Amino acid sequence: MRQPPAPRNLRRRKIEENFFRVLMATSILIVIACLGLIVGTIIWKGLPALSLSMITETPKGGYYLGREGGILNAIVGSLYLASGATLLAVVFSLPIVLFINVYARKTSRLATWTRFSFDVLWGVPSIVYGAFGFIIMIFMGLRASLLAGIITVALLELPIMSRAMDEVIRLVPFELLEASYSLGATKLETALKVVVRQSLPGILTAILIAFGRGIGDAASVLFTAGFTDRLPTSLLQPAATLPLAIFFQLGTPFPEVQARAYASAALLTGIILLVSLLARGLIKKYTRHVI
Amino acid sequence: MEQRSHIRIQNLSVFFGRQRALKNITIDILDKKITVIIGPSGCGKTTLLKCLNRLVEPLDGVKVSGKIFVDGEDIYDPKMEVTHIRKKMGLLSQKPQVLPMSIYDNVAYGPRLHGQKNKKKLGQIVEHYLQMAKLWEEVKDRLSEPASRLSVGQQQRLCLARGLAVEPEIILGDEPTSALDPQSSQNVEKRLIELKNDYTVIVVTHILRQAKRIADYIAFLYMGELIEHGPAEDVFANPKEPRTRAYLTGEIS
Repeated sequence: MRQPPAPRNLRRRKIEENFFRVLMATSILIVIACLGLIVGTIIWKGLPALSLSMITETPKGGYYLGREGGILNAIVGSLYLASGATLLAVVFSLPIVLFINVYARKTSRLATWTRFSFDVLWGVPSIVYGAFGFIIMIFMGLRASLLAGIITVALLELPIMSRAMDEVIRLVPFELLEASYSLGATKLETALKVVVRQSLPGILTAILIAFGRGIGDAASVLFTAGFTDRLPTSLLQPAATLPLAIFFQLGTPFPEVQARAYASAALLTGIILLVSLLARGLIKKYTRHVI
Repeated sequence: MEQRSHIRIQNLSVFFGRQRALKNITIDILDKKITVIIGPSGCGKTTLLKCLNRLVEPLDGVKVSGKIFVDGEDIYDPKMEVTHIRKKMGLLSQKPQVLPMSIYDNVAYGPRLHGQKNKKKLGQIVEHYLQMAKLWEEVKDRLSEPASRLSVGQQQRLCLARGLAVEPEIILGDEPTSALDPQSSQNVEKRLIELKNDYTVIVVTHILRQAKRIADYIAFLYMGELIEHGPAEDVFANPKEPRTRAYLTGEIS
């Protein structure tokens, strides 16, 4: 039996199909290759400088000329700063998001405008937050300090965290809220016991994304957190951060110190990876009850 | 036998924006009977049901006029505490909505809200109401499992147990069997019939045969209006209104 010739239409659709397949595969490959290249470069260039003293010591005299010491000051500073800022951002994000999803009416203008402002704020470059934080800092009579840095980075994280939380909380079916109301629960009880519980994995992801953004940002802490070779001991003292440590070390003319910049970058990436893995574990645990 | 009316609805109208969903409904719902609200989809059955526990709130462009008295209290009185009204009624929705927590916590959720903290008491409450909903035997060994792992039919019975655990006087069912398989549906219907000894039951359904099986009283709604209301045998045997007759014979749906 002879096969009937394929209609032209079918041939065209097959070509389309294949074209997009190739396009998709190429795009994915490029992205993965970029990621590999970045991580590879950091490790390749940083590995020679990576030593135990890098992560256990603060910079000693002449560190920036290639002598001994490490960047413990920046590691500790970054962890304090990003944790503090993330905590502060959660304290404000969660009430905002619960308000616009549980308390506000469905047609609420306030909710629409809140979402819109977060979208705009999300796009504001972090140097602007830095400058804004600087003004707040002067206004409050603070100097460049851990506290000023925490406030500024919290502002930077707020729209990212809120919008990410909003996206998951919006998915909670209204019928589930009704079920809770019909048992005599108030809005607050419903928000905390049902809505938060149902969207907990998404909320944790939002917090994680914001933390990653906060710990990796250099411009916002440039004027506000300052930089110091000592470990931060008080909220009112300046604090070093990893992104700025990378920035300063890369700017020196000494290859040894530049290698340390890459090592610092590797450490920063490592911290983010570690936090992500921990959070994934947590998320898995809390997905159990989600309906 | 003298019948006590439990819920009295007077001239209830509900507007969604400009659209009028319910028109001047006046009806007495009798104590410890099953009243079934029938009518084609979109006729306002669910809206009427949700008015009873104020899930239809005068918000979001919704306007409610008229009065609903439960035990003589006007539930749309602004001074009325909404949680107090809702505690009086257990709701079974079209699709069972289990809460994102364990089977045990689902039943204990209501009692905990209303102040029960004693663990031993809570345990007794959970067992008692799960047995009442005939779910206990199936779940007694896995109370700490997520409620979402139950089958849909089991979930609906869990919702029933959860609703009963707040010790309501009234059970509201919004097409409570529409998401269930025939066997589970039958199971839920049986529970409802048992419950009318102690509770006033109001069920919305579009399944006429179900209405025949369980109803003591029938209320027929059409396009937001209450067309006919009376004892089930009378309405099914001798509908007074031509529209009721037309609906019962399947001419309008």
